[in-house]
Amino acid sequence: MEAIQTNHLTKYYGKTCGIADMSLTVGEGDFFGFIGPNGAGKSTTIRILLGLITASSGTAQIFGKDVGKHKREILSQVGYLPSETMFYNGMRVKDVLRLSADLRKMDCTQEAKKLCDRLELDDSRKVEELSLGNRKKVGIVCAMQHRPKLYILDEPTSGLDPLMQREFYALLQERNQAGATVFLSSHILSEVQRYCKHAAVIRKGRILICDSVENLGHTGAKRVTLRGVEGVPGLEPVRDVKRTQDGISFLYGGKPDRLLQALSGLPVTDITIGEPDLEEIFLHYYAKGESENDSVST
Amino acid sequence: MTLFLHELRRGRTALLIWTAAISFMLGVCLLIYPQMSSQMGEISAMFADMGSFSAAFGMDQINFGEFLGYFGVECGNVLGMGGAFFAALLGISTLAKEEKEHTAEFLLTHPVSRTRIMAEKLAAVVVQIVLFNAAAIGITALAVLAIGETVRVQTFALIFLAYFLMQLEVASITFGLSAYLRRGSLGIGLGLAAMFYFLNIVANLMDQTAFLKYITPFGYTDAADIIGNQALNGAYVAVGMGLSLLGIGLAFWHYGKKDIA
Repeated sequence: MEAIQTNHLTKYYGKTCGIADMSLTVGEGDFFGFIGPNGAGKSTTIRILLGLITASSGTAQIFGKDVGKHKREILSQVGYLPSETMFYNGMRVKDVLRLSADLRKMDCTQEAKKLCDRLELDDSRKVEELSLGNRKKVGIVCAMQHRPKLYILDEPTSGLDPLMQREFYALLQERNQAGATVFLSSHILSEVQRYCKHAAVIRKGRILICDSVENLGHTGAKRVTLRGVEGVPGLEPVRDVKRTQDGISFLYGGKPDRLLQALSGLPVTDITIGEPDLEEIFLHYYAKGESENDSVST
Repeated sequence: MTLFLHELRRGRTALLIWTAAISFMLGVCLLIYPQMSSQMGEISAMFADMGSFSAAFGMDQINFGEFLGYFGVECGNVLGMGGAFFAALLGISTLAKEEKEHTAEFLLTHPVSRTRIMAEKLAAVVVQIVLFNAAAIGITALAVLAIGETVRVQTFALIFLAYFLMQLEVASITFGLSAYLRRGSLGIGLGLAAMFYFLNIVANLMDQTAFLKYITPFGYTDAADIIGNQALNGAYVAVGMGLSLLGIGLAFWHYGKKDIA
């Protein structure tokens, strides 16, 4: 059974299109990244999955159940972290956590305490006095304290410092290894590349590509950056050539020995050969999406 | 139950302040009656003789010099206005404040149906109105004892029942409205309560505008009618309760499928 499955999901806000024809599958036990710039439709998709808004057309299922018809059942198995976490003013952190547990008819005191300790969150503070990052932590505990089967996290790391981000991902990975499914949206590619198993790239409400992170990053090409060299040595195939002040950088898709041969004898002062990062691939898909869209519209 | 208690806790301060303020004014109005009544003879005649102005406030039918008449008019202003504003505040904010304060996302992503959420919120509103009225009745009883007046309990009960029903109606209608609002518009709620109050005044002025009594819940809170008939006007109450059910029904119908911002 799939954890999340959407078929041709479309949402219009009046005449503006939120998402269009979104078909997405997230397997159970997956660690799935949903990448796209602001306003691409990430939150819209997530809000439909949670039943906060209803789709204009298409269907969405979580654990095989329709999100509209079985909302309560689904929500009891989901932990959701909104991108902007707001709580009731005047309440202390521990009261918010207890309220959340009570609404689920569960006692999560033990788990909440463990999570607060790991995230270094003082549960006696009042929520309106918390900084953005600390408020995010309250949201994280709310999403995790009942140990759901599926985590839906909307830009989970915004506002968290790098150490906290690491702790947070460590927690998520533990839950994932214990069998839970993680679905997170992000515009930070490095964290998706680092932690996710699968990822979908979304732009203007449409999915551009959906594959394993490994495949997305695996183009066989190397990013070669040279200093002290003006032009590209006679090599094929070379793409994405960038000239810098005192050198050149390009993606090389051929055999390594030919690269080394071509480089020998050149006045290279510095060299790096590395994997192209997801960002480059991401931009690549974005550029492609743009030109395809353009060709459709003309 | 969780949300019901949560709502009561959140509304506690507002409830205390409103109850204290209205009870205090009610108490003061009642306690100064002995002094007022000694000068009432002329005032009463004067009040009853101001033509439309008297009619607007129902003072042409009430003997202001009698305790019941005094109570009817004073209560009409204190408990009527105060209660209506309080009920309107409760009704208009209970659903809309979740979206305004961005807590709807928190609340509605828990495994609780929207119908359940609304039912518990509505129950909390009703309980707060009950507590508010209980305090008003308690203060009135104490004040009446303190000034040593004897009253017909049945008439008093009818007057308080009328105010209670009126507050329920105002709360229900504003509750219905709030399901359609994105931002908790307290102004709309208070404005509506004030409009109802003035509609009743207009309805009192002329025969041609008397039909407005069916629309405004203040129509059946007119102390003059209640004291005169020893009963509430069944038709006005029936229309009022119909409007209340309509408001609640609309809220449930719309909020159940609303896109939450």
